[in-house]
Amino acid sequence: MNECLTTIGDYGLRAVGIGERLLPKTDFTLCQHFTLIGSGMIWNIYFGAIALVIGFVLANAIALAKASRYPFLSIPANWFILLFRGSPLFIQFFLAYFLFLNLKQSFPLFSWFTSAWAGALVVLFLNTAAYSAEIFYGALQSVPRGEVEAADAYGMSGWKRFIRVIWPTSMRLAWPAYTNEAIFLFHATTLVFFSGFPAWQQRGDALYYANYFADKTFNPFIPYPILAGYFILLTLIIVGIFGLINRRLNRHLPQSARIKRPRMPLIR
Amino acid sequence: MGFYLSFGTVLLLLAITAPTALAFGFGGAAAARSNFLPLRWFGKTYIAVVRGVPDIAFFLFFVIALDQGFEYVRHQIYCPDWDQPIRQGSDFVVCKAAKLPLSSAPQWVHEVYGFFTAVLTFAIVFGAFAANVLYGAMRAVPHGQVETAQAYGMTNRQTFWRITVPQMWVYALPGLSNLWMVLIKATPLLFLLGVEDIVYWARELGGSKTPRYTAYPHGDWRLWYFLGLLVFYLAFTKVSEFFLGKLMKRLTHGQATLGGTS
Repeated sequence: MNECLTTIGDYGLRAVGIGERLLPKTDFTLCQHFTLIGSGMIWNIYFGAIALVIGFVLANAIALAKASRYPFLSIPANWFILLFRGSPLFIQFFLAYFLFLNLKQSFPLFSWFTSAWAGALVVLFLNTAAYSAEIFYGALQSVPRGEVEAADAYGMSGWKRFIRVIWPTSMRLAWPAYTNEAIFLFHATTLVFFSGFPAWQQRGDALYYANYFADKTFNPFIPYPILAGYFILLTLIIVGIFGLINRRLNRHLPQSARIKRPRMPLIR
Repeated sequence: MGFYLSFGTVLLLLAITAPTALAFGFGGAAAARSNFLPLRWFGKTYIAVVRGVPDIAFFLFFVIALDQGFEYVRHQIYCPDWDQPIRQGSDFVVCKAAKLPLSSAPQWVHEVYGFFTAVLTFAIVFGAFAANVLYGAMRAVPHGQVETAQAYGMTNRQTFWRITVPQMWVYALPGLSNLWMVLIKATPLLFLLGVEDIVYWARELGGSKTPRYTAYPHGDWRLWYFLGLLVFYLAFTKVSEFFLGKLMKRLTHGQATLGGTS
């Protein structure tokens, strides 16, 4: 027990570079598995949470641009969505990494983006923005006509009508699908250290450490189920948080109103 | 030559995996709505666990787990009087006759075996997603249809095979076509399973292991290679979208769903 507390002290924050420098090499204990993989989850949560929050803002802007009647707005939005939804995230990571490497030659500013914490975050942010924009666009299109007409009847128009009626309703409609998008964004964060971005000083995410253990012990039956456990826990937390927001979004509706089944989730 | 073949590998994998995953999905969905409780638990757990965990973790897990599983079973059959433990420290030791593929086997057997594990892994992972879609589709079949079948005296089994299954496909198609898009985009992960796919070549031809610390005197050509891959996948997605749209139109023609009228 005490031994395990030492291990947690040594490796609990290993993924961000605090604690013991060398990873365990032989005689792996179950406690080391749990601690290191858990410390790697810091990166998964970091990437997922930040990309989700900024991505939400951009996604709304792109969804609006796509729904716009001006082609100079809707055409770039369509291309953006096609580019990020139509290609594997994996390839996007590769491509972004090499792109940043080349840009670094001419602009030293980009040297930040060749490390995972910033570069991969940019890719994930744009990627989730594209997926969410498609969801939000679909929701915008399915706002009931009656609600818009009611807003007209109240004398609302333009921005006021959008911010008070159309946007809140579209969020309500989009929320179940957006919950799925959030879950799969967190799953997608495991790809970061598997593509172009190198794990500097062996500071990796949960999958990086799980893979490390599996490579060393040649026994996949311990590290991967632990990783799976962590991710199922994370998924449950996301579902819980999004459920609370959903309750708040729909607080004025009769509670018996059946919540729409989430549509088929998208994975990358 | 291997480089061009790798594109064929990707297409072949898609062609084999899609029906296999559909079969897995059908099994999973049928299990999840079975009347037999343990089977229902099994089906629901299968769907929930695979959906709750990143797919890349499954790819990494199954490539070793399946291999060791097969070798363990063969070990039990071929070498019953082996007395040493199978796991010795960090080694997985089975007798020579149980090795898969046999060390004396020609190269193509190794490649086919690698491809086979890849297909099985993809089928298990995407089978769970397909199971989720089909499970929803089975429940979307109008209840009146099932009640009518029961009124005609059909057993549960007959109702399932004669009423539910033929009618569920229209409801399943949007989810399944989405899944097809996802499957296309998952193929670059093949290289994780040791199959020489297009990304494998991208990395192989790239050469240096830690490009972060390498200063290229000129533009890195890999950038163009990956751009090519990006265009390949974008085009593939676009073409699939076109044909799936046509299929949907044909299937919903005359159906009493929203798609049939609009």
